[in-house]
Amino acid sequence: MTILETRPRVARPDVRVVRRRLGPGHRIPYAFWIGPILLLAVWSAGSATGLISPAILTAPWDVVVAFGEQWTDHDLLGNILSSLHRAALGLGFGIAAGGVLAVVSGLSRLGESLIDGPIQIKRSVPTLALIPLFIAWFGIGQEMKIVTIALISLVPIYIHTHNGLRGIDGRYAELAETIGIGRGEFVRHIVLPGALPGFLLGMRFAVTSSLLGLVVVEQYNATAGIGHMITLAEQYGQTDVIVVGLVIYGVFGYCADSAVRLVGRKVLAWRRTLED
Amino acid sequence: MATDPGGLITRPAVRVRDLHRRFSANGGVLNGLDLDIAPGEFVALIGRSGTGKSTLLRALAGLDRDIAGHGEIEVPEAVSVVFQDSRLLPWKRILDNVVLGLREPDAAQRGRTALDEVGLAGRERSWPFQLSGGEQQRASLARSLVREPQLLLADEPFGALDALTRIRMHKLLRKLCEAHQPAVLLVTHDVDEAIALADRVIVLDAGVVRADVPVDPAGRSRTELRTFLLEELGVEKENR
Ligand SMILES: Nc1ncnc2c1ncn2[C@@H]1O[C@H](COP(=O)(O)OP(=O)(O)O)[C@@H](O)[C@H]1O
Ligand SMILES: [Mg+2]
Repeated sequence: MTILETRPRVARPDVRVVRRRLGPGHRIPYAFWIGPILLLAVWSAGSATGLISPAILTAPWDVVVAFGEQWTDHDLLGNILSSLHRAALGLGFGIAAGGVLAVVSGLSRLGESLIDGPIQIKRSVPTLALIPLFIAWFGIGQEMKIVTIALISLVPIYIHTHNGLRGIDGRYAELAETIGIGRGEFVRHIVLPGALPGFLLGMRFAVTSSLLGLVVVEQYNATAGIGHMITLAEQYGQTDVIVVGLVIYGVFGYCADSAVRLVGRKVLAWRRTLED
Repeated sequence: MATDPGGLITRPAVRVRDLHRRFSANGGVLNGLDLDIAPGEFVALIGRSGTGKSTLLRALAGLDRDIAGHGEIEVPEAVSVVFQDSRLLPWKRILDNVVLGLREPDAAQRGRTALDEVGLAGRERSWPFQLSGGEQQRASLARSLVREPQLLLADEPFGALDALTRIRMHKLLRKLCEAHQPAVLLVTHDVDEAIALADRVIVLDAGVVRADVPVDPAGRSRTELRTFLLEELGVEKENR
């Protein structure tokens, strides 16, 4: 049996003021892809109409061809994996060291006095300028490359985690004292979750910094890697291969950054911000 | 001076003697305060703004280690504080907030029971921002009760709530205190709240106890008590 609804189909519209939204509004589906695809479209259009000459920037389809050649003839996959491996190792060490240093320096005055100064000094010395020194210390092999990437990514992790940690509301520390939890639990339940937004921001910087480091260190005596591929292409004047390398860096960076933001949205579900 | 209400020679839950606290060199906030609270007794502390109510409470909670002063404070082992803001950790779900720091294996179960007692069954997995102000304050009450305190310190816990929610919270607090029997020191600026909830009302002024009166159905009527307390607070007649 069906019950007939007696309400008029078109209800009277609400009479009220609908306020203009001041935040960014609802999430756009596939927003992730819109910007990059637009960029690609402009590039394609420019190349097709001849506005962008191949001498300035290789056309996208020629880049695809060069990509295929590199893949089949020059072990592009091996190069990608070897670069990823380096970046991941360096980034991993950098994150671990930066995070630990930030917590130690954030929670203890002694730690701060020992750690904070040197890191601020390190910040003002470009890591890339330290490479000659690292080559003298660690040789020209993998070690030097990983140390450099680690140091480059350590700084943003440290700065933002430390900043996030110090920004935690002091009232939560007071609460922790009144419910009598120990130092370890305090760190686990209050310090780490409270510093997480800062840490994730640091991660976004660290990920791109590690790629920057990668570009530079792979110019030194590498036998594999995207940087190595670009250096070779430079020597032979293969613009298209250089662009393949650049596109790969771009894709790495973009995907890694998006991954960090996605993780951030998941683990920061407790926050109500303009992001949501 | 407080008398022993039952006439028994039991040790008080709280014993404060000659307590001094000052923030600056030129004037003390607490100036030789004495206070006793019997086990299970509900004491309301009223006083004008800035008379040192929070300072006293923080001293009892042991949260004032950077503040100059001296005196004798005896409080029980298990002390719990309810703040004016609920102070729930925004990154922990309600149940995790309630059982924060408990090590017993049945902590989660006890947390659920406490949430049930304050009428928040079913909200265990909510984030604090998803609760209304009154619900957040009830969750923070559950967090205190699950620790089975012998002394409950509350600093204007209902100050930020609307009148209706506040009345509900009064009933809840009374019920919970009767069930769990902690000694309670409730700071409030609301004379009616003090009379409605407490066994005894203390008026703080210039850093000492200015009046200390029992809320006794056999004694003064509530209206008389209210008038007396307002007078002690220095509220002019026409403003009552
Ligand atoms: N952290 C502080 N630093 C300096 N002065 C303070 C501090 N906390 C409180 N005071 C002062 O101590 C006095 C008592 O404050 P408080 O105990 O908070 O009063 P209330 O009775 O309103 O709770 C006030 O005059 C206040 O200005
Ligand atoms: Mg106060």
